[in-house]
Amino acid sequence: MLAESLALSAALFAIGVVGVLTRRNAMIVFMCVELMLNAVNLSFVALSRLYGATGQVFVIFVMTVAAAEAAVGLAIVIAIFRHKKTVDLQNINLLRG
Amino acid sequence: MQNEFVPLFYGFHFYLFGLIALASAILFVTRKSPVAAALWLVQTMFALAALYIMMDAQFVGVMQILVYAGAIMVVFLFVIMLLNLGHPDEISDIRGTWGRVIAGLFGIALLAEVGAASRNALVPALQLPQAPTDGAINGTAGVIGPIAGPMFKEYLLAFELTSVLLLVAVIGAVVLGKKSSNAR
Repeated sequence: MLAESLALSAALFAIGVVGVLTRRNAMIVFMCVELMLNAVNLSFVALSRLYGATGQVFVIFVMTVAAAEAAVGLAIVIAIFRHKKTVDLQNINLLRG
Repeated sequence: MQNEFVPLFYGFHFYLFGLIALASAILFVTRKSPVAAALWLVQTMFALAALYIMMDAQFVGVMQILVYAGAIMVVFLFVIMLLNLGHPDEISDIRGTWGRVIAGLFGIALLAEVGAASRNALVPALQLPQAPTDGAINGTAGVIGPIAGPMFKEYLLAFELTSVLLLVAVIGAVVLGKKSSNAR
């Protein structure tokens, strides 16, 4: 089951990367990042069956970081929306220079 | 578990939940409406939680449902509905041709890398250490004990730093979220 789990994890990560690169909606880009974190968690859990439960400790840490990232990221999205009235990444180019 | 006879019941459900996760992820990334995408992502997370529980990580599975599907995705849906983004925009949400080509190449490259890695027998190389028996993980100390031990001994510093990170995130969210009093 290990090889299948790692393959599924890689596929989910690739789907997340493709989503981040193709979508323009900032909310969906954020959710794709969450999907990539989930893929990493899956490989952590799959390998923790072999190497002991330490991998599951790191899954807890990843979840905490994901929660913090979601909170700050959504606050940034709300601030940008208040300013620009859109979350389309095509129109958010303040740092483009 | 490797090189052993996988029970048919176990294998069937493993592949079933894996396919559900994969299909929901593909549907998630192709939906136009952000609300539909969020709900498909919740479906993916539930399937992953089932996989975690099947892989003897019951605590992580429950945390996946509680924290990811229950808390984080609810915040996402809340913001989507707060900002009234539920209906897809008139303009296409997908990037132009170049963005699609680059993203497709990137995805193909990632998958090819995985294929090459598994063909090079990387995965059997990973199986070298002696697999702990199920009893070693779950037998004596229960489900949470093996996680709590390393977390509060070896990784205590990381645990404390996580609390600082959460504090910073809370302060940052409040500062970013409040209306600026000195608006120009």
